[in-house]
Amino acid sequence: MYPVTELIKNLADRHGRERRNLLPILQGVVEQEKYLSEYSMIEIARELDLPASEVYGTATFYSFLEYKKMGKYIIRICKTITCSMKGKNQIIKTIEDMLKINVGETTPDGNFSLLQTNCLGFCHKAPAMLINYEVYTDLTPEKVREILTNYINKKGREE
Amino acid sequence: MAKNIKITINEVAVEIESGTSILDAARQTGVIIPTLCYHKDLCVAGNCRVCVVEIVGQKRLSAACATPCEDGMDILTNSFKVRNSRKHIIELLLSEHNADCTRCYKNGNCELQKLASDYKIMTQDFIRLSRSKNYTIDHYSPSIIKDDSKCIRCQRCVRTCEEIQGVNALTVAYKGDRMKISTFFEKPMNDVICTNCGQCINHCPTGALVEKNYIEEVWDAIADKSAHVIVQTAPAVRIGLGEELGFKAGTRVTGKMVAALKRLGFDAVMDTDFSADLTIMEEGTELMMRLKRALVDRDPEVKLPMATSCSPGWIKYIEHMYPNQLGYLSTCKSPQQMFGALAKTYYAKAKKLDPDKIVSVSIMPCTAKKFESNRPEMHDSGFRDVDYVLTTRELAIMIKQAGIDFMRLEDMPFDSLMGESTGAGVIFGATGGVMEAALRTVYELVTGRSVPFENLNITPVRGMDGVKEASIKIESPIEEWEFLDGVELKCAVAHGLLNAKKVMDSIISGESHYHFVEFMACPGGCLGGGGQPIPTNPEIRRKRAEAIYAEDEGMPLRKSHQNPEILKIYNDFLLKPMGERSHQLLHTKYSPRERF
Repeated sequence: MYPVTELIKNLADRHGRERRNLLPILQGVVEQEKYLSEYSMIEIARELDLPASEVYGTATFYSFLEYKKMGKYIIRICKTITCSMKGKNQIIKTIEDMLKINVGETTPDGNFSLLQTNCLGFCHKAPAMLINYEVYTDLTPEKVREILTNYINKKGREE
Repeated sequence: MAKNIKITINEVAVEIESGTSILDAARQTGVIIPTLCYHKDLCVAGNCRVCVVEIVGQKRLSAACATPCEDGMDILTNSFKVRNSRKHIIELLLSEHNADCTRCYKNGNCELQKLASDYKIMTQDFIRLSRSKNYTIDHYSPSIIKDDSKCIRCQRCVRTCEEIQGVNALTVAYKGDRMKISTFFEKPMNDVICTNCGQCINHCPTGALVEKNYIEEVWDAIADKSAHVIVQTAPAVRIGLGEELGFKAGTRVTGKMVAALKRLGFDAVMDTDFSADLTIMEEGTELMMRLKRALVDRDPEVKLPMATSCSPGWIKYIEHMYPNQLGYLSTCKSPQQMFGALAKTYYAKAKKLDPDKIVSVSIMPCTAKKFESNRPEMHDSGFRDVDYVLTTRELAIMIKQAGIDFMRLEDMPFDSLMGESTGAGVIFGATGGVMEAALRTVYELVTGRSVPFENLNITPVRGMDGVKEASIKIESPIEEWEFLDGVELKCAVAHGLLNAKKVMDSIISGESHYHFVEFMACPGGCLGGGGQPIPTNPEIRRKRAEAIYAEDEGMPLRKSHQNPEILKIYNDFLLKPMGERSHQLLHTKYSPRERF
């Protein structure tokens, strides 16, 4: 059995196999895998006896359910108006330069993905970004470089 | 009980049943409110907003389809505010729509185009978004073309696929301005569990979902002097075709249809009703053999009930959804494919034609038949058994292109050899028809007497209930079938794949014990098929069903086994039902498919 199949079975055991349990199961898979592959979605559909298209429709509806392969750390820059006015484009430029990827892409080593997101609710501390579930606010290019360097070093230490 | 409430529509006081939507109340009182996402067959979605009306005293306009009337409501359907908003709504829909109408297959039969015409949308006040979106056109299916640039996201197709068919091949993916109608992972329709039934096409208000048409290919075949082009027409075409050509729903145009086909230049005009009768001979015999093996030989391998196999949408559905239960299916090919296999063997031989030079065309109320004719196993004649499948709609297009004044055509009869049919063949076009036709023959072969129903009309299997049940007790059969004495033959009929699922689940769970079940993919059977004239709705289906049964009653012969050409083909060619030649040409196998 593939590990993700087992993960899905466990999640379904925990949350239930009704239509309404789909969302927590999708979230559970994303938490582990960072994204929902075609294979995962089919396994979820099979486990919950749902049409595969319905799993796909749900997964693509929610912004935080990724359906493309993602890096270990997903960086989400707030693209909404306040963050834009307070310089989110410079932040993006800094990250793009550092990681050598564009928005929507993942680093070849599979560590970082760069995305934009809708309002994070941190307009008073704009610009803001998320790295996985961690929020970083009042960003400046210098600060972002520091944060990312920490992540890169952390990654290095783990390996 | 629903009580009556008083409302005013456009300053006219009316009394209506409580719970009625504003849309229905208006229609009852002769006020037309335009709609797009609304369809009689489907649940209310209220997403297109074209049906907005003003309720006096309320600041915001309401969608008439989704708002129930309340006592004392004062409704305006044509106020300045309504007219202005409605026009803007249509303009907004058009701004996202690839409105290249003259190059669109649905040109002339598009609900959005009609609204644009009615409201004279002649300006472009909103930015045209249709150009800036990356759309793909899915051509891969042999039956269906899906063009997202024409889609207005009313979701009629999604609701159809879910509520009527329970297939869910289509879903709503993404959200907001990126929202689109999609299959699983945006795969081609051909690669997902789509059954090709075409109900989405029949319910689509625009040209976003259309059949893959083979009109030019058929014109080319007709123009080819060396080709012998033979055409067959399905039972439900003769009661639907008229709607495309100026007749009211429920008009029988059999004779005119034959005349038109001859004028189009087909070399021989034959009838699928003939092979429907043949199906009854084969399927009826198969049923009797299965009953014998189950009841007398106690053979555990024999699966009962036997399920009909005429509907290719149903076949693909069961292959996907119940891949381990294919043993229930009758091995009989559909009438279309039986005809195809015989056209290039029996017919070719009788007419001394080179089968290689025969082009076999069929006119079907169905888009799944296009897929069926394309199945690799449908080459038993040594050639592709059916070369081109046209829907009722495509035939109407050809008739118009040829400049035939359909209304003034004199009736003509089908050509002989495979053109004779009985009332039993005709009713294949309605839900319950295959069952009724089979019972008429099986009962008589077993007992020597006609079915014990007045005028041969087996009414319990007729009508539009989703699942119908009937049973016939077999009394004093002839010697050969003595083991059936006292057996109550239990039958069920399901139409629409969601109903088919209900019956299949009850069979598998052991809840119901039928001997014979008819399954049809489309609501109402073939008469409500995905290839039939648009619109199709409950009222139109009822009228078409009446026409089918009237056609049956008007036939001199009404039992398949009495068809003289059927007797002839068994005498000259097939020798006996379920015989060696039948097995080779008229029966088939099914393949399990993935559900996900």
